[in-house]
Amino acid sequence: MSEWTPNLIVFACNWCTYQGADLAGSLRYDYPANIKIIRVPCSGRVEPEFVVEAFKRGADGVFIGGCHPGDCHYKEGNYKAIRRFDLLKRILIDMGIEKERFQLEWISGSEGKRFAEAMTTFEKNIRELGPCRVKEGV
Amino acid sequence: MADKKLRLAVLMAGACGGCDMAIVDISETLVDVLPSLEVVFWAPTVADVKYKDLEAMPDKSVDVGLISGMIRLDEHEHMSKVMRAKCNVVVAYGACAAMGGIPGMANMHTKEDIFQTAYFDTFSTDNPDGITPQPHYLMDGKYDLTLPEFYPYVRPIQSVIDVDYFIGGCPPHHSVVLNALVAILKGELPPKGSWITNGKAVCDVCPRNPRNTDEKRELVKEVRRTIEGDPDENKCLLQQGYMCLGPITQGDCGALCTKVNIPCAGCGGPIPGVKDFGLRAISAIASILDNEELVEQIPSPVKLFYRYSLPSSMLGKKVKKA
Repeated sequence: MSEWTPNLIVFACNWCTYQGADLAGSLRYDYPANIKIIRVPCSGRVEPEFVVEAFKRGADGVFIGGCHPGDCHYKEGNYKAIRRFDLLKRILIDMGIEKERFQLEWISGSEGKRFAEAMTTFEKNIRELGPCRVKEGV
Repeated sequence: MADKKLRLAVLMAGACGGCDMAIVDISETLVDVLPSLEVVFWAPTVADVKYKDLEAMPDKSVDVGLISGMIRLDEHEHMSKVMRAKCNVVVAYGACAAMGGIPGMANMHTKEDIFQTAYFDTFSTDNPDGITPQPHYLMDGKYDLTLPEFYPYVRPIQSVIDVDYFIGGCPPHHSVVLNALVAILKGELPPKGSWITNGKAVCDVCPRNPRNTDEKRELVKEVRRTIEGDPDENKCLLQQGYMCLGPITQGDCGALCTKVNIPCAGCGGPIPGVKDFGLRAISAIASILDNEELVEQIPSPVKLFYRYSLPSSMLGKKVKKA
């Protein structure tokens, strides 16, 4: 199992979390190299299909980053996101996927440090869980 | 219509017989259509034919084959493959065939769990020797008896054969069946691989839709189960908090359920462009809720949103623990 590195997908909102990731880079904070960031216009743009597709294609964890409540560039995209996230999480748990594999956090453009920390914690949690079995198929 | 009679075959795979009844329900109109139809195979429910009769027919000798039901036994898989070989056009007919249907909810459990409940745990079961069905059994050392093999999971028809068209509904409304048969007789078929439907959502044809009554749509303030109180007969069910799947379900049924105060459960199949019925239902339902606490009040979300479509969903079945 020492060979295995978690395959992690991060959906980052263009206006906050992606800027946060940028800032983390500018400030030279360390975070795991095995995360793959996908820039989306808004956390509300992340359809449940995207998340399941990621798991199906071999992701071991999926992280959604959005603006703090009240700060959404599209006013209420992140409120829709949290409702979808909560409901999807219940479904994923029922389908046998551990809840730690699917995270949603609010990280603003000024929180570079927070981004780096969130990624480190996320990576550590998934590493403890081991590989996700979804990709093995029916 | 055509001079030549259209040769029709109907197979019931893992189904309850409701889909076969829907064909019979065309009743008088079926009598009108019958002169142009020749039913060559309809088993195991209606016609007195055996599987071997279909197997004996030349390949591609049947014009249209309807398959109802899902794939649970090797018998279903084998006969679906025979249908594919003998029929020019194969239609996955009904919610089970197209999406896995109600029996598909068994994919939340393993074969072992199901056998444990069915042959050991139920109150009325008396099984001291712990016998479960076996595909093969040699009786008295000379009679080789067989039973179809029970597969670990339920699958829709298109996972074992190439399907030309889909028809949703549990069961399909007889008018839908008739329209499909007429379309086939006239040769007016949509592109291969599509659903034979009008492409509209249940909400489009639902008389309760606020769009039709000039009411303003608001966020849903509470979640209610169908057993909790009587819904207002004129207001949108979703607006009242009943989890109606009308927005993403095909409305070929003419909103039959919502017209009698029952929320749509999604048997009609996803509207065009939707890849995964349940996941799109999450998007649709979650976005109209007023607050996050309401999400927790939705009872058993997997079985609510995937009632008819779990085997054909992206996840397909519950992921087993390592």
